[in-house]
Amino acid sequence: MPKQQQLKKVLVIGSGPIVIGQAAEFDYAGTQACLALKEEGIKVILVNNNPATVMTDESCADRVYFEPLTVESVEAIIQKEQPDGILATLGGQTGLNLAMDLHDKGILAKYGVDLLGTPIESIKKGEDREAFRALMQELNEPVPESEIVTTSEAAIKFANEVGYPIIVRPAYTLGGAGGGIASDEKELKQIIKGGLSLSPISQCLIEKSIAGYKEIEYEVMRDSNDTCITICNMENIDPVGIHTGDSIVVAPSQTLTDVEYQMLRTCSVKIIRALGIVGGCNIQFALDPYSKQYYLIEVNPRVSRSSALASKATGYPIAQMAAKVSIGYNLHEIINPVTGHTYASFEPALDYVVVKFPRWPFDKFVHAERKLGTQMKATGEVMAIERNLEAGIQKAVRSLELKTNGLDLPSVTKKSDEELLHLVKHADDRRFFVLLELLRRGYSRQELHEFTGINAFFLQAFERLIQMEKESTESSFLNITKEQLFAYKKAGFTDEWLASVWGVTEQQVREKRLEFSITPSYKMVDTCAGEFMASTAYFYSSWSGEHDIIPQSGKKKILLIGSGPIRIGQGIEFDYCSVQGIQSLHRLGYEAIMMNNNPETVSTDYATADRLYFEPLTVEDVLNVIDLEQVEGVIVQLGGQTAISLVEGLEAAGVKLFGTNLDTIDQLEDRGRFYSFMKQVNVPHIPGVTATNEEDALDKAEQIGYPVLIRPSYVIGGQGMMLFESKTEFVFYLEDDEYTAAFPLLIDAYYPGVELEVDALTDGENVCIAGMFEHVERAGVHSGDSTAVTPPYSITEEIKELVSEYTERIAKGMDFKGIFNIQFVLFEKQLYVIEINPRASRTVPILSKISNKSLIDYTVQLLLGASMSDLGLVHRTLPEPHFYTVKAPVFSYQKLAGLDPLLEAEMKSTGELMSMGADLDEAFLKAFVWSQQSKPKLFTQTGSIFVDVAEEFKGDFAPYANKLQQLGFTLVTNDFSNWVQTDEAIALISLPKLGTKDGTLNRQEALRQRCSVISELTTLDVMLKGLNVKELQYHAIQDWWLKQKELIK
Amino acid sequence: MKGYVVLENGEMFEGVLHGKEKEVHGEIVFFTGMSGYQEVLSDPSFKGQMVVFTYPLIGNYGVNEVDFESITPQVNALLVSELSNEGYHYESCSSLESYCEKHSIPLLSGIDTRAIVKRIREQGDMRAIITTDPTNLSFNQSIPLGQQEVVPEVSTKTINTYGSGDHHIVMVDFGYKKSILDSLLEQGCRVSLVPYDTTFETIQSLQPDGVMYSNGPGNPKKLQELLPTIKKVAMSYPTMGICLGHQLLALAFGADTEKLTFGHRGANQPVIDLTTNKVYMTSQNHSYVVNEESLEGTGFKAKFMNINDSSIEGLIHKQYPVFTVQFHPEAHPGPSDSEQLFFTFIEMLSNKGREKAYA
Repeated sequence: MPKQQQLKKVLVIGSGPIVIGQAAEFDYAGTQACLALKEEGIKVILVNNNPATVMTDESCADRVYFEPLTVESVEAIIQKEQPDGILATLGGQTGLNLAMDLHDKGILAKYGVDLLGTPIESIKKGEDREAFRALMQELNEPVPESEIVTTSEAAIKFANEVGYPIIVRPAYTLGGAGGGIASDEKELKQIIKGGLSLSPISQCLIEKSIAGYKEIEYEVMRDSNDTCITICNMENIDPVGIHTGDSIVVAPSQTLTDVEYQMLRTCSVKIIRALGIVGGCNIQFALDPYSKQYYLIEVNPRVSRSSALASKATGYPIAQMAAKVSIGYNLHEIINPVTGHTYASFEPALDYVVVKFPRWPFDKFVHAERKLGTQMKATGEVMAIERNLEAGIQKAVRSLELKTNGLDLPSVTKKSDEELLHLVKHADDRRFFVLLELLRRGYSRQELHEFTGINAFFLQAFERLIQMEKESTESSFLNITKEQLFAYKKAGFTDEWLASVWGVTEQQVREKRLEFSITPSYKMVDTCAGEFMASTAYFYSSWSGEHDIIPQSGKKKILLIGSGPIRIGQGIEFDYCSVQGIQSLHRLGYEAIMMNNNPETVSTDYATADRLYFEPLTVEDVLNVIDLEQVEGVIVQLGGQTAISLVEGLEAAGVKLFGTNLDTIDQLEDRGRFYSFMKQVNVPHIPGVTATNEEDALDKAEQIGYPVLIRPSYVIGGQGMMLFESKTEFVFYLEDDEYTAAFPLLIDAYYPGVELEVDALTDGENVCIAGMFEHVERAGVHSGDSTAVTPPYSITEEIKELVSEYTERIAKGMDFKGIFNIQFVLFEKQLYVIEINPRASRTVPILSKISNKSLIDYTVQLLLGASMSDLGLVHRTLPEPHFYTVKAPVFSYQKLAGLDPLLEAEMKSTGELMSMGADLDEAFLKAFVWSQQSKPKLFTQTGSIFVDVAEEFKGDFAPYANKLQQLGFTLVTNDFSNWVQTDEAIALISLPKLGTKDGTLNRQEALRQRCSVISELTTLDVMLKGLNVKELQYHAIQDWWLKQKELIK
Repeated sequence: MKGYVVLENGEMFEGVLHGKEKEVHGEIVFFTGMSGYQEVLSDPSFKGQMVVFTYPLIGNYGVNEVDFESITPQVNALLVSELSNEGYHYESCSSLESYCEKHSIPLLSGIDTRAIVKRIREQGDMRAIITTDPTNLSFNQSIPLGQQEVVPEVSTKTINTYGSGDHHIVMVDFGYKKSILDSLLEQGCRVSLVPYDTTFETIQSLQPDGVMYSNGPGNPKKLQELLPTIKKVAMSYPTMGICLGHQLLALAFGADTEKLTFGHRGANQPVIDLTTNKVYMTSQNHSYVVNEESLEGTGFKAKFMNINDSSIEGLIHKQYPVFTVQFHPEAHPGPSDSEQLFFTFIEMLSNKGREKAYA
């Protein structure tokens, strides 16, 4: 069937800010979908309030609404735009839930908007457990014994019938949130209570646990001609019991016979057919390792994290094809974009193995509950491609950017056997490293299999790695033969690691290796295992075999370093910057070569750059690509801290880095040098010192005077940033094993003033400030976790002028070109610099969107030698917009038990949103009421608020207490544990004494009971401002630009 | 020990030789399915061929007793990238390596399989030699597979009967896969398996309700002498042909076959049913195809077509109840999307009128 001709305008729903379980994969899916629609001449209207996305660029959508993902907001947009169709199956669970709400409330029917792709009935059959179970029964497909419950009593009754352990899965929650495995009645009671309250329909599926089965997933597609194809299957190394998002996964399956592979494939096809899905679908199975018995675990009737992974693992662009079939095309009518001459109705054949490894936030949240189960906790993931499993695992491990030494994680190596055995049986994020350590200590593969249920095939690969690790430590650099070195490289051991065991430099190993002519070859991901000639620009390295032909255009080439896995403090914003960088290089006539390892992103879509190398981001991996491609130079300013940390090694290897050098970075990072630089350019800075050891740290903290703020240098997201109010606390921290306190440690005085930040461009001479944000929360709260507003709303023109002046002095004083970010604090009417980041920051996408100017395009031109006047940037600042834009953090507390929601120096948010309003209060309201599923109760109902305010804030709080009471809220100050159980409980205001964490348990409990937790008075202030707003206006960004243009005229 | 594969184009690749350390000559082909090595090595259609697996990790789940497609291994040799030396599966009763050793099949591992695939893709299926001594090799010691008569080696010598169902099918064995037999038995058939050169009279004496021409190895044109019998049988009984059986039926009615540069061997070939417009993922293993123009005047028309290269994937006769498929509806290895074709065949039996065209 050809495309539906009546479709002229389609509304696409994005997935909103990044939360655990819903990350960059939906920007990838959304971008592909928007481009696929545009290619068909369809006008794309997009609603998505995540600014750090590629899909919200004008190149992807014609009209973009950075508006709340709520029914009211989308209805208003539909009314205004009158789209013919709506595409919601590419916006994750958020998009799907919103589409169901719009359908249920009759809004789609009212405005005559077609839901494209998978019909609503199919979505419901896949999403509603009862409907799904009924369908499976009809198809005679097995699901584990289970029951839908809405009360704890029913759950306990069921468990008593079928026996423990019992799995709890709440309906309609992100990342399986609220689920878990209960081994007895006490645990079941606890989990079911949380699950029922988290489920928007107060429904949980409880089922008999099939933990220990193989967990296998299929990515399936169907078109309206009923053609069904499986794009790939995947096998979780971790058996059933750990959420697939938290499992190490390989593709394709490794331990299934063809009979089993086809049995599950046939079942997948049967299910997608019965559901009537038009588009993509993910189906998860549990397969008994000792028989052909299998069970259906779950069906996701939409593209998902797994489908992004499958797309990158195979080269098959699932989201793009899903968009095409949703507007009427059939798969056999669409050319396979990878080969360019075969068709999309086929099943990719892989001739490599893919390893996905989750990236968890527990290197930062060392005291959060790390245990893994049915609730996903990873913030991101990495993918590795290799020709053997061992090397694939090694690539994945080094892509994680954990502080590993080869395959060992130092915090694990220190543990006793007992501790390790406990950890291996009670899986947490460290289990892989624990398994390796136990193998190192002589535990057998069979024992580990018994503890974990992990298939011996995988354990044998781990064992081989440990064996080779041991062999290599027993060998010596002088006597190493070509064969031995080749064997280590083939198994994925890095030059750096070999150098460390041999006691030589990485450079020496590299030279030896080149002497032996051992270099990686690069192979193409072509969807067809080499069967057909393909022209994809998508490559991976392997240490054996020949190169595939790398196409060359003769143009000059520049390498861009991506930002790796999404983690706290380094999110999707850097992917946005990387993609913008690629587009800019294209405009300037260069070939853009991209290196990255995050399968969720747009930068790793092979169609984005001229060539994509899906590789770890270490100096060795990067140098190998540089040797192959012979690039002019490397851009590291767009890939976050990941790229910056490569500067030293790349510079040492003589690689040209555009705009950045090690000396400048060191000048900004080394506190001593930083202070003298500040003095040199005559800019005040916060007093601080560098401590080299514990004793020194305590002495120096005393000199500066408590409270002090400490921070290790070169960190992401304030990793390890802490505020200490007294010596006692500081000593406690220094003695805590989990914080491998990284010396040198920076100790700053703490100035709790107003924080300001700017993103600025410079050619080394002149400067242009693209925008200035004022933070709502006082300095000391990590900038990533604070609500921020541009343009600033409370500071004077004089201060703004001073900010510009300081920025200019700094730019002129640095040996630097490109884009940088400065954070200031205004304390007692004095302006101080807190820190300077010589790279793009998380506010860059926001400023780009609201100014309709690509800051990254400017950056790239500056890096390549343009002057500010060449770019037409002749003023020191861009004009301030006539509207307010709020950037607000979004947290994933519901997925991470044990985390204190107190806003502090260490960043905790997983994503951010942007909201706009002509009026500041309106923008604030949109920032709080940003999605249908997570409207804080404060904004939807009156009720009671528990107030726990430290003595020092009582005076400041008094007027707010009055205001809240006037608004009809009841304030409670006694008997927290009783209050939190009441239905009226809606929010906790917890303002602990400065620099302390008093009240952690109450904050965590309030959070568990789905109350808002407010830990900063200024946050409360802007929430109340939002509450004043009676009516919201919704505008596309294009409308704001138009108005801005008129105003400037 | 070190082993080598030398291609007809002169190129040599080094690996580790397991299984039988002997020099073997054969046609080198590649298989793109990611699982199913056990089915492949026992599929008689691979007779005379050495198979390169494009998927690099082979042997992971060992070798079991139930997934064979024939009782003996059929391939000349196997070439893999990474060999798993144990079988990690509850059904596994042997590692691939020891299985090959036991049956004297050379198994060459550590080979740059992707490079070989690219050579075959560019230069076509070719002869190759696996050896431990790459000096003084001669390709003259063997004749190309297309000129060999391989079917007699794999076909049954006697008539055997399987099952006890209501429909009696004579399956003419050119090197049948066990899964075809299984599929027929599942449809409630009694199957008489007969040698490839069984006469019309013998078939007639068995009083079948229908006849199945099986898959098999080699060039269909090496079986010219069978064509008159095949035509006569097809004009007399409802007939289905699979793979080589399909090619022979086409030749029997006067169509022509030709060799593909490199065959279709894998589990992901898209095929469209030209009557219903439905698309199937199919399992395939063939070097030869029926030439579309040559169908003119044969009474056959194309029923299935390969979506990627538009080659003929199946025929239906306008006059007789005869239909054929180039692909493998019996799957194993590969998807069973088209297994209902066996049902179509059975339906055809109960409707014996010669005048009806079957779709």
